[in-house]
Amino acid sequence: MTAQDKFVGAAIERIEDLRLLTGNGRYVDDIHRPGMLHAVIVRSSAAHGLIRGIDTAAAAGMPGVHAVYTGRDIAAEGNGRVPTIPLRLAPLPELEAFEQNVIALDKVRYVGECLAVVVAETQAQAEDAAAEVNVEIEALPAVPDCEAAARDKSLLFAEHGTNAVITYVARKGDAQKAVGPYVRKETFGVQRHSAVTMETRGLVAEWDGERLTVLGAAKVPFSTRAMLAPMLNLPPERIDMIESDVGGGFGVRGEFYPENFLVPFAARRLKRPVKWVEDRRENLLGSNHSREMQCELEIVCASDGRVLALLGAVSVDCGAYMRANAAVPPRNVAQFLSGPYDVPNIHVESTVYLTSKAPIGTYRGPGRFEADFFRERLFDMAARDLGIDPVEFRRINLVKAGQMPYPLATVDQPEKREELDSGDYRAALERCLAEFDWDAKRALQGRLVDGKYHGIAVGCFIEGGAAGPKETARIEIEEDGSITVYAGSTNVGQGVVTVLTQIAADALDVPLERIRVLHGSTTYLKEGYGSYHSRATVMGGSAVLNAATALKERIREAAATEHRWAAGEVQIGPGLTASFRGQMLTAAQLGQMKVQADGEFANHHHTYAYGTAAAHVTVDPGTGRIELVDYFTVEDVGRVINPLTARGQIVGAVVQGLGGALLEHLAYDGEGQFLAGTLADYLMPAADDFPCIRALVLGNSPSPHNPLGAKGGGEGGIVPVGGVIANAVAAALASLKVEPKTLPLTPPRIWALIHG
Amino acid sequence: MLKALKIVFELNGNTVEADVLPRLTLADCIRHHFMQTGTHVGCEHGVCGACTVIVNGDAVRSCLMLAVQAGGARVTTVEGLTPPEGLSPLQASFRRHHALQCGFCTPGFLTTAHALLTREPDADKERIRHVLSGNLCRCTGYINIVEAVYEARSAYAAKPPMNATAERP
Amino acid sequence: MKLPDFEYAAPATSAEVVQLLAGRRGEAKVISGGQSLLPTMAFRLAQPALLIDLRNLQGLDHITIESSGVRLGARTRWRDIEDDARLRAAHPLLVEAVSHVAHYQVRNRGTVGGSLAHADPASELPCVAVTCDAELKLLGPRGERRVKAAEFFRGPLTTALADDEIILELSLPPWPCDRRWAFSEFARRRGDFALAGVAVCYDLDERERACNVHIGVLGACHYPRRLRRAERALEGRPVDLETARSAGVAASEEVDPIGDFHAGADYRKALVGTLLERALLKSNAQSIENCF
Repeated sequence: MTAQDKFVGAAIERIEDLRLLTGNGRYVDDIHRPGMLHAVIVRSSAAHGLIRGIDTAAAAGMPGVHAVYTGRDIAAEGNGRVPTIPLRLAPLPELEAFEQNVIALDKVRYVGECLAVVVAETQAQAEDAAAEVNVEIEALPAVPDCEAAARDKSLLFAEHGTNAVITYVARKGDAQKAVGPYVRKETFGVQRHSAVTMETRGLVAEWDGERLTVLGAAKVPFSTRAMLAPMLNLPPERIDMIESDVGGGFGVRGEFYPENFLVPFAARRLKRPVKWVEDRRENLLGSNHSREMQCELEIVCASDGRVLALLGAVSVDCGAYMRANAAVPPRNVAQFLSGPYDVPNIHVESTVYLTSKAPIGTYRGPGRFEADFFRERLFDMAARDLGIDPVEFRRINLVKAGQMPYPLATVDQPEKREELDSGDYRAALERCLAEFDWDAKRALQGRLVDGKYHGIAVGCFIEGGAAGPKETARIEIEEDGSITVYAGSTNVGQGVVTVLTQIAADALDVPLERIRVLHGSTTYLKEGYGSYHSRATVMGGSAVLNAATALKERIREAAATEHRWAAGEVQIGPGLTASFRGQMLTAAQLGQMKVQADGEFANHHHTYAYGTAAAHVTVDPGTGRIELVDYFTVEDVGRVINPLTARGQIVGAVVQGLGGALLEHLAYDGEGQFLAGTLADYLMPAADDFPCIRALVLGNSPSPHNPLGAKGGGEGGIVPVGGVIANAVAAALASLKVEPKTLPLTPPRIWALIHG
Repeated sequence: MLKALKIVFELNGNTVEADVLPRLTLADCIRHHFMQTGTHVGCEHGVCGACTVIVNGDAVRSCLMLAVQAGGARVTTVEGLTPPEGLSPLQASFRRHHALQCGFCTPGFLTTAHALLTREPDADKERIRHVLSGNLCRCTGYINIVEAVYEARSAYAAKPPMNATAERP
Repeated sequence: MKLPDFEYAAPATSAEVVQLLAGRRGEAKVISGGQSLLPTMAFRLAQPALLIDLRNLQGLDHITIESSGVRLGARTRWRDIEDDARLRAAHPLLVEAVSHVAHYQVRNRGTVGGSLAHADPASELPCVAVTCDAELKLLGPRGERRVKAAEFFRGPLTTALADDEIILELSLPPWPCDRRWAFSEFARRRGDFALAGVAVCYDLDERERACNVHIGVLGACHYPRRLRRAERALEGRPVDLETARSAGVAASEEVDPIGDFHAGADYRKALVGTLLERALLKSNAQSIENCF
């Protein structure tokens, strides 16, 4: 785009806000349809067991109940088989055996697995009836963690013979042959936690005898439709997926879950609209979990601090099944273990284990948050061992601007090569140190002041964005001269309408108010790819940009056809007017001529936003409580479309990361029973936990791979948090020789490290 | 099923009545009976604060109040804080500060902040943070919310709030 | 997570409440603010057939301050305690402890009676009641009776309240003008249930030594109780670092917390000691300026 941009780059107040601030948002539970029934899912209270019987008779006779469906009812419609949820990302034939049935048939493998669906006049009645469904389960030994899984004593899939699903390998150079004067190996762990969006999941499905409409679609409606259609034996064209407002995505909301089949199934069987809204306990139990992995990591360094090799063995607890995007965290942790650093030799094996816990999926910065914790912790240990300042250690090892594009490790099955696209990583580090006032704060390093130890740390990160293969858009000029932009991107609360409006307004040189962005639903475009992997701004924005370019061409063509103007001489002016030798067509006239254009943007190069974060913490040795005194993060997103929303993404991501580093834990006991089923047990950051978060967004290193020059920026904030906080704690407690190696850094854990 | 009870209360300045079952929470009554869906339900166990409404001037969790307990009360939701045109100063401050992303928790923050500033227009940032700690937001990291509420104080200090259904004697 | 079905009554007198309770023994529950009961019902951990609402009762929302002490009606809300400036002098320990209760919105509905009846071991008010030798006034079919707080709390969520009784009032003994006090609790986040907490009050004798020592624990216990060994460690001694430490050690050894996934028993034991030691050192400098 050009230097004449009026809107791109400006802190435009969000368009969405006018609805959302006034109570006019429309989330899935706000949808009421005539004759609508309510579904409630009966879930397994057993972690692992064989289903001996499900007695639905009493429930079926309860007031208001229309139907109770079990796996048998669903299998009866599928020749004895129940549909399974396919892998959306990085599918492999050998993973198909571990796909989740949309409802348990013979065996349950985690607490919360669907056993039956009750449909009633009201949700309360459905819940009353659900409590009367009698389930008999013959308990099998639970598999509570990777360690137990690896023993293969109790098998999630007996026919497979082992709980190990697959081992991904990321390779670069020859790490196994790398030698150097300094070697250290440590084991680190990250706990199970996840997005826990403020709005729980939900769907309203409606069958009119011919077509199925699913309201409440999110994230990837086209993909979800493509998965759902064969399960229901319907052509995709007979299913409309309609987006609603989405109360937070973060990777979790909008993937295909069992209910994405069960609710439409019930609606079609009953020929009535059926609503299902996940309650908070179900949300904690069963919306994709993430993050739980252990890593044995070895570093080989030269005596000057250059990292010569990283060797890792990661165990990923994927829960009971391989869900739609479960392959992403184990692949990412391996591929991105080196982060923004120049590491010539890498060998990481990432083994996925089945356990009797809820299945995993992606959560903001999947695999990257974990990788950064493992790597940055070990880097600080190595720097200290080598007598090198931790900042200097990073300066030495960051990928240099002149090395771009820089190849990362290649991960196998299926093979994926990656390269960092552009950037001056060192500049971001120096900027962060300056803004954070690192040199002044260093005086406090490790000191005990008024009963609290102070520590500071710094860490560098990259985030991936702009997943392909492509995105689509269409721009139509309406008869009143206003512009409608249809986008394949989806809204997950990130402000996609505002950003795409800014891009369209500049591209077409029209005021923001003239543009309306409609997005996501399968009714707008023939195909669309949605919002994940920080792709909406880059991919959706570039598609809109291309559509705008095409629209101008269509205007010229239309003017030539209808008014015999010479297409090559038609000038497109401000306000989307077309002029030719003193004659002019207004936007309204163009709209009456039905001028419209499609555009798409195809891309197989990921963008890599990058940055550095620094933290200052205190630790109370008496209680183990960590307080965050200051946090500064710098991220270069290539091109800033809207500084308000870009910074908003970063600060929000940082605080989510602090939750993961310090508070949040989807805990299970040794029997596979779930312990974090309330928001009083799953502890997310609140308004007074982390009052000092500062963020700076830069746009100094445009991506060479898209016309906007933008890079996905929705996830970077979260990526370094675990590593930076743990390193600051380690620095604070250096005199006590405390080395935190496992998240979350809870007061009892820190206290035990100090006093143990 | 048990018998429905008649309740009459004031919702955003209008007298409303309904026959409700005792088991119906005020949140569900407002949302699914009166179809004012601006009030959101995030946990149904009194932790997240998304369902906060103002009852007789006090911010309360409407998932932890029965509809039958609202009989005779003045209830204000986000719809009641919204002027006929545009945004209230508090809402405008939220927009200016980018104090919302997905918007799901936002009505609860607005009602809580409105109740707070109506009573304590001089609340400092620490007080604002403490009060807002009863509302969870997963998107913003809270920094901008605190700034937005802090900046909106002047609208409460200078004059009675623009839309004061919660405060009418 | 919809509430299970129940009948609802909101009588105008406490006698009627008791009568209804007596008529449906074991299947009726009293609701006041509902801030503890309704979440329990939402998870269907409680499914009372009848809820009896106290909202129409007159006279149970009083805060009375007399020479005989402070009396709190059962329907007094946390917010009312917070707003009553007189209490800051009349019972600063109460005010400090209540400032830790839950969050803003819950404080607008949660009540004294509800907290006492619910008897969560991590609740602040039960701990203050036990620490300060408070008394509860109960009403049952056979009339009123008074129970000492120390005898009222019997276990986690378990009290001496019969299923046909209601709480009318909590009476806290008078608070001498120069009494020293401190309250300290440790929660993961503001408003969360505390992992442990302590309430302390004592007087100073003419030699500036602690006397009439009261120390209570919350969170790290099955029910709030006095820590007698810690009290003895302080009684008759100057409140200095050494005494604070030994009282902390005594408290730590004396508690028998239950561990859960938020914190193990060892941690909670140590925490009680740390909190008490710090609270005592803080209390030393703390004395109210304007006595009631």
